[in-house]
Amino acid sequence: MGEPGLGQQPRSTWLRLLPLAVALVIGGFLFVGLGLRPKEIPSVMLGKAVPAFDLPALPGRPKGLKTADLNGQVSLVNVFASWCVSCRAEHPLFMKLKGQGIVPVHGLNYKDEGPAAMDWLRRYGDPYDRVGADLNGRVGIDWGVYGVPETFLINAEGRIVCKHIGPVMESDLKEKLLPAIAALRNGGTAKC
Amino acid sequence: MIAELGHYALVLALSVALVQATVPMIGAWRGIPGWIGSARPAAIVQCLLVIVAFGALTYGYVTSDFSLLNVASNSHSAKPLLYKISGVWGNHEGSLLLWLLILVLFSGAVAVFGGNLPAPFRARVLAVQAMIAVGFTSFVLFTSNPFERLLPAPMDGRGLNPLLQDPGLAFHPPFLYLGYVGFSMAFSFAVAALIEGRVDAAWARWVRPWTLAAWCFLTLGIGLGSWWAYYELGWGGWWFWDPVENASFMPWLAGTALLHSAIVVEKRDSLKNWTVLLAILTFSLSLLGTFLVRSGVLTSVHAFATDPARGVFILAFLVAVIAGSLTLYAVRAPAMKGGGLFAPVSREGGLVFNNLLLSTACATVLLGTLYPLFLDAVTGEKITVGPPYFNMTFGPLMVPVFIAMAVGPMLPWKRGDLLGALQRLKFTVLATLVAMFLTLALAFDGPWLAIPGIALGVWMIAASLEEGASRIRLFRGPIAESLRRLSRSSRSAWGTTFAHAGAGMVIIGIVASSAWQVEKLQVMRQGESQAVGAYQFRFEGAVPLDGPNYAAVRGTFHVSRDGKAVAVLQPESRRYENPPMETTEAAIRTGWGGDLYAVVGDPTGDGAWSTRFYTKPMIHWIWIGAFVMVFGGALSLTDRRFRIGAPARARNAARRAGIAVSTASK
Repeated sequence: MGEPGLGQQPRSTWLRLLPLAVALVIGGFLFVGLGLRPKEIPSVMLGKAVPAFDLPALPGRPKGLKTADLNGQVSLVNVFASWCVSCRAEHPLFMKLKGQGIVPVHGLNYKDEGPAAMDWLRRYGDPYDRVGADLNGRVGIDWGVYGVPETFLINAEGRIVCKHIGPVMESDLKEKLLPAIAALRNGGTAKC
Repeated sequence: MIAELGHYALVLALSVALVQATVPMIGAWRGIPGWIGSARPAAIVQCLLVIVAFGALTYGYVTSDFSLLNVASNSHSAKPLLYKISGVWGNHEGSLLLWLLILVLFSGAVAVFGGNLPAPFRARVLAVQAMIAVGFTSFVLFTSNPFERLLPAPMDGRGLNPLLQDPGLAFHPPFLYLGYVGFSMAFSFAVAALIEGRVDAAWARWVRPWTLAAWCFLTLGIGLGSWWAYYELGWGGWWFWDPVENASFMPWLAGTALLHSAIVVEKRDSLKNWTVLLAILTFSLSLLGTFLVRSGVLTSVHAFATDPARGVFILAFLVAVIAGSLTLYAVRAPAMKGGGLFAPVSREGGLVFNNLLLSTACATVLLGTLYPLFLDAVTGEKITVGPPYFNMTFGPLMVPVFIAMAVGPMLPWKRGDLLGALQRLKFTVLATLVAMFLTLALAFDGPWLAIPGIALGVWMIAASLEEGASRIRLFRGPIAESLRRLSRSSRSAWGTTFAHAGAGMVIIGIVASSAWQVEKLQVMRQGESQAVGAYQFRFEGAVPLDGPNYAAVRGTFHVSRDGKAVAVLQPESRRYENPPMETTEAAIRTGWGGDLYAVVGDPTGDGAWSTRFYTKPMIHWIWIGAFVMVFGGALSLTDRRFRIGAPARARNAARRAGIAVSTASK
């Protein structure tokens, strides 16, 4: 959108129509854009098997986490760290899940220190079945973790069905995760 | 009851707007005086009705009437009164109502103060304004009604986003909207002129004060917004090239170009087509900004209230307004013959240069802002375009603008002499060289780009001052003569001086604060110290604290320099209950040299806290500079040729004195 008529009148009809054309193209894209969900970053891991890994347990806590543990039943894997603020926001929800026994929740303790993580679990409660200590974050990279917290839904075949970025809120659980878990349990497929 | 009155007033306002959009337009076309005359009362009535509606919603917020869905979702009884009021526009529905209110206030202002406009022209302008109002009023009424009831009413509301509970932000949207919507005046004037098929110096003189006022408000709004981001987001930054920031910055760039090209139309009767196009584009970018913020099409830290369903409505409206006006432009633009010719090196040439670069810069920002959307739509790939893109493209484009800014006002109209202009900038050239050497000597180990950066800022400020001084022949004659010239010189010329010098200050602030800032992130225990540049920050501990609607932790840091106490900084980390959210309140100590900035973060659990410190030399120059720019704009607005009736009076007086006065040469 530039030069038409600097000083004189536009040289041609086409130049005069240029601003209109540009505006219409942008408008078309904006219309398409309304249907897009820019916040949902698709994970390349979706539908793939859980990467091969074997993480030790946290010091003073039994049960580490490895690939084979995620086979056989539907489960959630929650990436957390004691230094992560939003993890505290979603924490009570996982405590509730544990209390109700709906689905096993495993923890992936990401770039943390063993004692700090244990302190954190003692203070706020321990909702996890198994917790793998990923001290240097190497396994997190294989999982495609880019921030904490993230939560993965794993089906009984050990495939990643769904990835939630950021803290899981009550509404996410009700509208997204729980229906997907129910669908998987009934032998169906789930997308979220 | 009050809310229903507000709702009813809004429905009435829509009907009035429908009348105002059609009757005066037909009247002006057919030459029916009564129909033309209807524009004025209609605009005033519509304005009053929207004021009633806005007042009714404000009343609902102030009295915490939670039977209103909008109030219940966005307010809370424990909130301080200031934020109850700012809560009115801290949400989708209310912010649209504010948009509408400002739109009709501008129309009302034209109706009341536009006595110097020819009646048919004024009727057309008001009709175009009313068309925009029809779109927005129906948007509010049909998709975003703020007067919806919620029964039974809840005991308390859900609260306002805590990030918005801040004086800086409380008043930043109104100013931003005054700017955005103010450009609707330029748009309506342009469309009315296209319909009439006439653009002349008088048109430019009418349109310029409105554009200038909108520009001042927008500058203030952007300044306040970036200041808020600086101290509230706690990242130490003040501009993030976030889509919503860009959404306000694009109309600013286009509006700045418009201000300058309108001068050429006014003084030289040239660049008419371009100016009309810019007026349309500036407001189109304002609408696009509103759309981007409100629809959630782009991810942004600002996406507070987004709803794609509403997006379709506002997009349809957007396309109707923009495509309609651009079609009109394509059809009618050839009817407008260009005026005076000019050489490339001349005042006009300088302004064309300014316009080309500013609009290219604006297009780069537009491209960077929408590129993630284009890519997502075409390939499904998700990316974000970050500061590196903008710094690489926008920065280099603006440098020539800033260099030329100093020379432009020195050039005469029609034909100028570059060398001559530079000779008249002797002092400026000297000051710039001194600044370069001083920067080199004082900050030898700093980034080398800081040297030309500081020099550029000094160049702009010095040139503005030198141009101002030469205007009144300061130091070149008796001081009484200078004072006499000062009292007679035009305020709009002084406006230019201040605005350009302010821009130079902004540049110096940006360059200095980014080149020489020191940043330290660490975990600290009580009693520990951390060196940050020349300063020592000692952590005196953190204590819990209760606010009116939040719980906080306040850290205390004693800052010293060479053993001498400089400041006590007390940043807070707040946790709001309704809605639950954490915010940081950075502690900032502003001194002559720059800012000391401290943030206290989370406890690590064993008595230590994560802390973050910055020293930011000269950063306040950014906001002082922005304020100086606004002052320049405001000063220019008080120029006598914009005052109602003043030009006519001056002309009559001159005529009586037997002197021929040419308005174009004033």
